[in-house]
Amino acid sequence: MNKYDVAIIGAGPAGLSAAITCRKQALKVVLIDEFPYAGGRLLGQLYEEGDGTWWNGIEEAENLKKEAEDLQVHIQLERSVHHIEQTKASSFIVHTNHGTVNASNVLIATGAAESPCPIPGWTLPGVMSIGAAQVMTNLHRVKVGDRGIIAGVNILSVAIARELQLAGIDIHSINLPNPQTTSKEDSHPKVVMEKLTHLAHLAPSSFIRMGSSLAKFQFIRDLAVQFYPRSGMPMWGMPIHLRKAIIQINGSDQVESVTLARIRPDGSLIAGSEEEVAVDFVCIAGGLYPLAELAATMGLPFQYVPELGGHIPLHNQAMETPIEGVYIAGNITGIENAKIAMKQGTVAGLSIAYRQHQDEAIEKARRTAIEDVEKTRAEASIQFDPQIEEGRKKVEAKFWALEG
Amino acid sequence: MNNRIINHPILDKQPFTEPINFSFNGKLYTAYEGDTIASALLANHIRILRFHEQSGKARGIYCNIGHCFECRVRVNGQVNIRACLTKVEEGMIVESETQKAAPLDPKKTTFPKTYAEYLALGEEEQNE
Repeated sequence: MNKYDVAIIGAGPAGLSAAITCRKQALKVVLIDEFPYAGGRLLGQLYEEGDGTWWNGIEEAENLKKEAEDLQVHIQLERSVHHIEQTKASSFIVHTNHGTVNASNVLIATGAAESPCPIPGWTLPGVMSIGAAQVMTNLHRVKVGDRGIIAGVNILSVAIARELQLAGIDIHSINLPNPQTTSKEDSHPKVVMEKLTHLAHLAPSSFIRMGSSLAKFQFIRDLAVQFYPRSGMPMWGMPIHLRKAIIQINGSDQVESVTLARIRPDGSLIAGSEEEVAVDFVCIAGGLYPLAELAATMGLPFQYVPELGGHIPLHNQAMETPIEGVYIAGNITGIENAKIAMKQGTVAGLSIAYRQHQDEAIEKARRTAIEDVEKTRAEASIQFDPQIEEGRKKVEAKFWALEG
Repeated sequence: MNNRIINHPILDKQPFTEPINFSFNGKLYTAYEGDTIASALLANHIRILRFHEQSGKARGIYCNIGHCFECRVRVNGQVNIRACLTKVEEGMIVESETQKAAPLDPKKTTFPKTYAEYLALGEEEQNE
């Protein structure tokens, strides 16, 4: 029977980095992903860094994949994992749609998925998640439409709106989703404003940048919502609305228009303010949550940590879980950027190598790698949640409480 | 004219030089090397991938990374294939699913409740 030292589920930044690290320690590695391309959420990422250089996720993904291939990682794409079972210590069977894989260790690096944000009419063809539009535009190089509108104001929607615009697609505006059908987190002007102020330093608009220094005062934030301009706040020429919501998507068998309505600072709709805007696509941006079903099927314990994006399998800084031989890395441990996911992948790879080899030099490298994760986090220009550190401490505390 | 983004201000030019022929609901279309079924159809202005089994309402891609199963199509006779995760191959036959007479009335009424019960079934029953 062909047995791997480690099976890694998910060929995103965390999985690829872990695979490379494990191969460098001479472990036999299989890397499985259901998407036809390696790279995970790196595929499609395209944004300008603070220093003016461009972060091109497709290029990053290609480089990682090439390194992994050169090191003879067995990369298996278009293969879906639906279950992992443990038969005895250091013996895991990974069940896929193309047979099973045996391994001594398992790393679950399944990343994140987008939270749904239901708006009446959202099942019409032409309505898609913002990440879908990103992958179509930057990876497949297909226009998702000629003129679109975005529901959901968050870091992802603003960044991807810019990417669509770069590809020559007209974006009418970015708005809140219907407050009557979505959570307060996504559709309450004050709550959204609260989150946005933490991203403001990324904004090209001097008004929003100014907002970031003032935003530490609650009353300023309240005033900003109260007197939010009716024409929206322009960013790269696209208006961002905190006082308008997409309340309905219209069309007979595909998207033809949306109905917008003005909303009060408390999120209630202003009757009679409805207007119809003709568009041929709608992107829904509900934010990301850790994709952890496989961890759940294995019986790993979870903790709900909103700061990290949802339900998180318990783990420690070394990316170990309470089940010996099972590791997690990347966005399944909390929503953060791809650079952090890569560093976490390296830590997980070293933890697995240490378990296999019991070598002190590996343990030393792991300590440095853990510090590197923290350093990368501290330097991150994009933070998905301002309370990430606190969230991580909660998970770590729970993990050690469980370990006794 | 299709929906391709050939030139891009930051990314490399993508000239789309290696055509692949496939069919969707009996009509022939061209895809290019690297396309998924979902991207090839969208490039050909096709957004309606199927009709809901129960309501008959039109559906298209939603998440484009395999989670939502909204893009499920029939590929070379095999049902429930996710268009967004499947690369187009030469001669591939892709078809839409349509409204069913009784979508929520399966012949089978009992299902295995645990993995052990599932394994205890014969191979034929497991594939049902």
